[in-house]
Amino acid sequence: MDSKRIVYMDHAATTYVKPEVLEAMLPYFTEQFGNPSSVYTLGRKSRSAIEEAREKVAKAIGALPEEIYFTGGGSEADNWAIKGAAFANRAKGNHIITSKIEHHAILNTCEFLEKQGFEVTYVSVDENGVIDLEELKNSITDKTILISIMFANNEIGTIQPIEEIGRIAKERGIIFHTDAVQAIGNVEINVKDMNIDMLSLAAHKFYGPKGVGALYVRKGIRIENLIHGGGQERKRRGGTENLPGIVGLGKAIELATADIEGHNARIRALRDRLLNGILEKIPYTKLNGHPEKRLPGNINVSFKFIEGEGLLLLLDQSGIYGSTGSACSSGSLDPSHVLLAIGLPHEIAHGSLRLSLGDKNTEEDVDYVLDVLPKIVQRLRDMSPLYENFIKGGR
Amino acid sequence: MKLVYFDNSATTRPHREVVKEVSDCMENYFGNPSSAHRLGLGAEKKMKQAREKVARLIGALPQEIIFTSGGSEANNTAIKGVITPGCHIITSKIEHPSVLRVLQKLEKSGYEVTYLSVDSRGIIKLEELENSIKDNTKLVTIMYVNNEIGSIQPVDKIVEIVRKKNKRVKVHIDAVQAAGKIPIDIKKLDVDLMSLSAHKIHGPKGVGALYVRKGIKLEPLILGGGQEWEVRSGTENLPGISGFGVAAEIISSNLNEKIEHVKGIKKHFIERLKEIDNIVINSPYDDNHIGNILNVSFEGVRGEVLLHALEDYNIFVSTGSACSSKKVSEKNYVLPSIGLKECHVEGAIRFSFSYINTVDEVDYTIEALKKSLSFLRRLKK
Ligand SMILES: Cc1ncc(COP(=O)(O)O)c(C=O)c1O
Ligand SMILES: Cc1ncc(COP(=O)(O)O)c(C=O)c1O
Repeated sequence: MDSKRIVYMDHAATTYVKPEVLEAMLPYFTEQFGNPSSVYTLGRKSRSAIEEAREKVAKAIGALPEEIYFTGGGSEADNWAIKGAAFANRAKGNHIITSKIEHHAILNTCEFLEKQGFEVTYVSVDENGVIDLEELKNSITDKTILISIMFANNEIGTIQPIEEIGRIAKERGIIFHTDAVQAIGNVEINVKDMNIDMLSLAAHKFYGPKGVGALYVRKGIRIENLIHGGGQERKRRGGTENLPGIVGLGKAIELATADIEGHNARIRALRDRLLNGILEKIPYTKLNGHPEKRLPGNINVSFKFIEGEGLLLLLDQSGIYGSTGSACSSGSLDPSHVLLAIGLPHEIAHGSLRLSLGDKNTEEDVDYVLDVLPKIVQRLRDMSPLYENFIKGGR
Repeated sequence: MKLVYFDNSATTRPHREVVKEVSDCMENYFGNPSSAHRLGLGAEKKMKQAREKVARLIGALPQEIIFTSGGSEANNTAIKGVITPGCHIITSKIEHPSVLRVLQKLEKSGYEVTYLSVDSRGIIKLEELENSIKDNTKLVTIMYVNNEIGSIQPVDKIVEIVRKKNKRVKVHIDAVQAAGKIPIDIKKLDVDLMSLSAHKIHGPKGVGALYVRKGIKLEPLILGGGQEWEVRSGTENLPGISGFGVAAEIISSNLNEKIEHVKGIKKHFIERLKEIDNIVINSPYDDNHIGNILNVSFEGVRGEVLLHALEDYNIFVSTGSACSSKKVSEKNYVLPSIGLKECHVEGAIRFSFSYINTVDEVDYTIEALKKSLSFLRRLKK
C-alpha cells in the first residue's frame, strides 16, 4: 500500500535545504571552523562570513546590518522580541496588543507576561483571518507599549495589512513587532516603508538550515537580552555563533528574495490549480483563510464529516505529506486556535488539511494529489456515521 | 607544519563523520520532527538516536536531555528556569559570562547572589560554600572546568555539602569544558542540571544541551510549540542535534585513552617550556587542572602580540576565552582571581588541546615560541 511517489506539501512546517545553501555552509564546518570571536585570521574569516550574512539579511528586508541579530530560530526571535520589549519598557506601560491567531511562540510568551503583571489584548480576526483594525485601534491605551501581529499566518496563510498596522503604531508611538517567519520569500518586505520596529524570521522556512533565525530590531528600540553571555551579537545575544547556520541563512534569504514575484507567480499558479481542483472535485469542502490575501503556496481546506488525522494518515500512505495544522501542535488533539478564531465550529475544524507548496512541486504533483485526495476523502466519508446521517436525512 | 590549532577550548574543528551526518540530515531528513507524516517520523527517529548518544556521554537518561542552541542558552535556561523571585543564588567569581551576566542582571531585579572566590589554583573554597548556603538559597551554579585555566571543581564534594545544608537547593554545573574531557557519571555526581555544548567536542556550532534531572520542572526560556517536553520550544535543529550525537559518540569511545593522550601533550609541553625563561604556568600538570588546557604567562610580552607572532607560524592560540577576547577591559577576571600580577595577566596565553593534536606540534610550537620571544622581548628592552 506504500506509494513510491513522494509529494511533499508541508513547506510551511519546514523546507528542504537548497543545494546552493548547503554548499555555502560546508566550508564553515571544515577548514573555516574558527570561532568568530577569535582574533587570529581563522577567526576573522569567520567573523567576516557572519557580517556578510548579516548584510544579506538586512538587504532582504530593507534594514541596516547593525539592526540584525542572529538567533537559534524563529521561536527564540519571537520570545526575545516580546519579552525583551516588555521588560525594557515596563516603566512606560504594561499593555501589549497581539492577535488571536499568532503562533504559539507569541501567544505563550504573552500568557507568560500576563502572569508577570502585563495586560494583553488578543485582537479578533474576521472569517478570512484578517485582523480587525478598528478593534486594534480601539484597544490602544496610554499604557500600550507593544503591538505584535504576524505578517502571514502559518496555518491559513492570511496576510495581514502590515503597513496599516505599522502606521497606526507609529502614530501612537508604540513599538511594532511582526512575526514574518512565514512571509520571508513570499511577500515583499521593507521594514522602513512598513514602519516595522522588530521582525522575526527563521531560515528553515525558506530553504535554509534549521536552528537559525534572526531578529531585526530598529536602531533606537530598547529591548532586554534574552540570552546573556559573551560579547557576541554586539553584546545582545550570548553564545558562540552558529557559523555555518548563519552563512546558510544569508545564502537562503538572498536566494529567496531575489525574485519573489517570479517565485510567487509559479507557486500560485500551481496552488490555484490544486485548490480549484479540490473545491471542484470534493463536495462539502470549504477554503479557510483569505481567498486572495494569502501566501502563494498555502491551501487550507475543511472537509465536512471527516477527521483530519485519518486523512493525513491515508495521504501519508500515498506518499503525500501535508499537515492538519501547525507542525508543532500536531501532537495535540485540540482543534487549531486559528481555525476556531475564524469561526469554524469544532467538528469542521477537525476535518482540516493544510497543503503548503514549495519550489520543487510540479504539475505532476498537483495531478497526483487531485487524483488521490478525492478518493481518500470519499473513503473516509463512507466510513463516517455523520456523513451517513447527512445523506440519509436527505438534503 | 600545516596548521597547529591549539585553541580547542574556543571551538573545535567538527569531525568528518559529524559533517557527514549534518549534511546527510539536511539532504535526507529535512522533515519537521513534529510533523505527523513519515518524513517527520524519520526526523523524530534521528532525534531519538542523538538524544541517546548525548545522554550516554554523561550517563543520563535520554528524556533528561533538552537540546538548546548552545552552551550559553543552556546556562541561561538552567538559571532562569529554577529560581523564584528574590531568592539567593551561589556561584563563583570565575564562571563563564553566560552565567555571570545572567546573575548580574538578576541582581538588578532583586535577587541576591554570592560570588565565591577561588584559591591560587582556581578552585572554590568548600568552607566558604558551606557558609554561604542559606534558607532561601535556590541554586548553586558552578562550572566543572574553567575555560581559561582549566581548574577542575570538586563537583562531588560541592553536591555533598549542598545536600547536607539545604535539600531544596538545586545544583547546576556548567560542563561545557568538561564533557568529553573528564568521564562524567551524572547519577553518581547527583547534580540537578548540567550544560553541554557540541562545538567544544568536535560537534557543530549552534547546538548544545541541558541535562535536567527527571522530576525537576523548569520555567522555559523559550516558549512556543512545546518541543523538548515544553522546556525549549522551536523547530528542532535536527542536523545540528544529530551531529552533536555523532560527536558525543566519538568522544565517548575510548575516552580514557583520549584523556591520557592529551595529558601527554600537556606534560611534554610543560617539560619543554623549561627551555624558556621567565614564564609562569597558571595551569600546572596536576589533578586539579584539566589535561587539555595549558595557560602560561610569558613575562615581558603582551599576550596579544605573542598570539599574532605565533600566527605567523600558523599556530593558533588564545589570550583568554574567545568570546570576550575583543575587549581588553572585560577579559581578565579569571587570572586576577587566582592572584596573578598584572604583568602576568597581560602576558598570558592559553594553549588548549584536543586528542587529535600531537607531540610534534608541541615541539614545533616551542621552537616558534623561542624565536618569537627572543625577538619580542628584545624589542621591549
Ligand atoms: C565554560 C563555558 N561555558 C559556556 C560556554 C558557552 O557555550 P556556547 O559558546 O556554546 O554558547 C563556553 C564557551 O564558549 C564555556 O567555555
Ligand atoms: C508564524 C511562525 N512563527 C514562529 C515559528 C517558529 O519558528 P521556529 O520553529 O524556527 O522556532 C513558526 C514555525 O514553526 C511559524 O510558522
